[in-house]
Amino acid sequence: MTAPATQELNSTETAEKAFVHAEGIHKRFPVHGGILNRVVANVHAVTDVSFSIARGETLGVVGESGCGKSTLGKMVIRLLEPTEGKVYLEGSEITGLDHKQMMSVRRRMQIIFQDPYSSLNPRLTVRGLLKEAIAFHNVVTPDKMESYIDELIATVGMRPESKDKFPHEFSGGQRQRLGIARALALKPEFIVADEPVSALDVSIQAQVLNLMKDLKEQLGLTMMFISHDLKVVEHFCDNVMVMYLGRVMEKIQSDRLREQAEHPYTRALLGSNPIDDPDERRPLTVLQGDVPSPLNPPPGCPFAGRCPEVQDRCRTEMPPLEMRVNGQAVACWARM
Amino acid sequence: MSETTQQPILRVRGLKTSFRTDRGTVTAVDDVNFDVFPGETIGIVGESGCGKTVTSKTIMRLLPERNSIIDPSSEILFDNLNLATAPETEMRKVRGDRIAMIFQEPMTSLNPVFTIGWQLDEALKYHTKLDKKGRRDRAVEMLRLVEIPNPEQRYKEYPHQLSGGMRQRVMIAIALCCEPDILIADEPTTALDVTIQAQILALMADLKERLGTSILLITHDLGVVAQVCDRVIVMYAGRIIEQAPVSDLFKRPQHPYTKALLESIPKAGKRSEDGRLPTIKGIVPSLFELPKGCRFQDRCPFKEQKCVDIEPDLTAHAFDDRPVRCHFPRNQEVDLTTGATG
Repeated sequence: MTAPATQELNSTETAEKAFVHAEGIHKRFPVHGGILNRVVANVHAVTDVSFSIARGETLGVVGESGCGKSTLGKMVIRLLEPTEGKVYLEGSEITGLDHKQMMSVRRRMQIIFQDPYSSLNPRLTVRGLLKEAIAFHNVVTPDKMESYIDELIATVGMRPESKDKFPHEFSGGQRQRLGIARALALKPEFIVADEPVSALDVSIQAQVLNLMKDLKEQLGLTMMFISHDLKVVEHFCDNVMVMYLGRVMEKIQSDRLREQAEHPYTRALLGSNPIDDPDERRPLTVLQGDVPSPLNPPPGCPFAGRCPEVQDRCRTEMPPLEMRVNGQAVACWARM
Repeated sequence: MSETTQQPILRVRGLKTSFRTDRGTVTAVDDVNFDVFPGETIGIVGESGCGKTVTSKTIMRLLPERNSIIDPSSEILFDNLNLATAPETEMRKVRGDRIAMIFQEPMTSLNPVFTIGWQLDEALKYHTKLDKKGRRDRAVEMLRLVEIPNPEQRYKEYPHQLSGGMRQRVMIAIALCCEPDILIADEPTTALDVTIQAQILALMADLKERLGTSILLITHDLGVVAQVCDRVIVMYAGRIIEQAPVSDLFKRPQHPYTKALLESIPKAGKRSEDGRLPTIKGIVPSLFELPKGCRFQDRCPFKEQKCVDIEPDLTAHAFDDRPVRCHFPRNQEVDLTTGATG
């Protein structure tokens, strides 16, 4: 049931083997200030992140707000330019491609956003929304347009008459189905799903997750699934990458997450999730303090200030991401 | 806990709240009955639009009078007073002092142009007889109680200078500064990250222990309910459909909706065989087009003709004494680790 674990080989080899591969990507947002509007500081949104996703694999990216997971997702499909680092699609580098060259790549990589309300143009009908993307990329010939739209709408489990309605006429779950249909319209191979079910009610969340699961299998999609919800990630993903303040803390297969996760932050995340069973209550793991500001991230491990196992070295030096068996990797001095 | 001869501190009977809209009058909450006992945490769960927030705002009388109607037969009995019909002057003495409320988004419920200290002071000024110095000491003490680091400094700061978790702590400090009998918490952790949520939940549990406050927790998150509540009320389309002690509700949900809701959450560390989650088909009915019979009928896998014709009452069934609004309630154990019914 699991796709092959992310094998950490040497970089060129991995880049060729993996379907999507990112190598040492950074994103810094400059902060301007002063009367000359100079760059006074940088927000370190993503720092030195590398990963590979095999064809057909779903990589979950988890972390709290501000950990850089959405920024990372956008950089992978180049909706944002990485400040440093490279992204490869099927072994060829896509960072550095010009606008024209990106066109064909864009078609292969799509994104589903968290908020279906704001990601669909309110002035277009469903037909208009889908047609725009399909026509722009010449996915089908104009005479096949209508039947293709019907097919898409049916694929995401909506009624045919939906295509003449506007986004506001749908419920949240239905709108997320539309977001999925729009992403699928270009027949992509890789999809970044950025918190696709976080805004939905539980019963609707299950419907949308099942739909995404089915589509992933039918269409052989490779996915990057960004979420703050560990249970959803465990359910949906093959591998998980845990981020904190722009850095990767741990990578692990999702079915090993609960038992084998090593990093104190991953353990804290697991421990602070409420339980499923009221008879098995245990005190939640309570971390002190808040996530530090990414404006001037502390030297050393970003988690050091809240970590129950902090050592002196953690405050001065960032631990490297150390490989374990089964593709697990941990960045922690206390776990060396 | 509830299984005593204690008198309830709050009794809600036949609560009905409607709204005037362009499309006519719509009833958001209908025939809601429950008790809150001293020192217990009671959860109200349900999906968006089920009426959980309207219920809490009706109790606090925070709904706009312009377009909301609390049915005159509704009773919200608190300390010899019917809050449903009490005059605004009486409500002011109760609100904030005896019953306090915290909201989902602390940024919008704190006033951005006043300091944290000013806002705590305001609450204390109205509800206590403390002098200026006394109020300040009390405010700083409250900030310390909710574990805000460096409270003297924070007292002078503005809401935007605080993180989301800290703002919610300040809201809790304001809510608790008059030592209310009941704290109504409307999705208090929904906007927060899970590690911050854990901090807030631990804080609420700790304060409940120390101050003996009853908590009415409104949430859509069943995990939070399992973690902190003693009793649970499940709402659907404006009605209470099931009410039970927390352990019973999770182990033996009787209403098909409760059961399906519990099954549809991914289970910790488990992937089902085919990787799919059990779902509830369809969506919540519009309050404008409620069916004649059971409100859950269109989504229910156990629907029969009786469900279409007659809306069930919230009553206990033969095999148990807890109320459920269903003609054909379930009576099966649910294995919480896998979500399967055995």
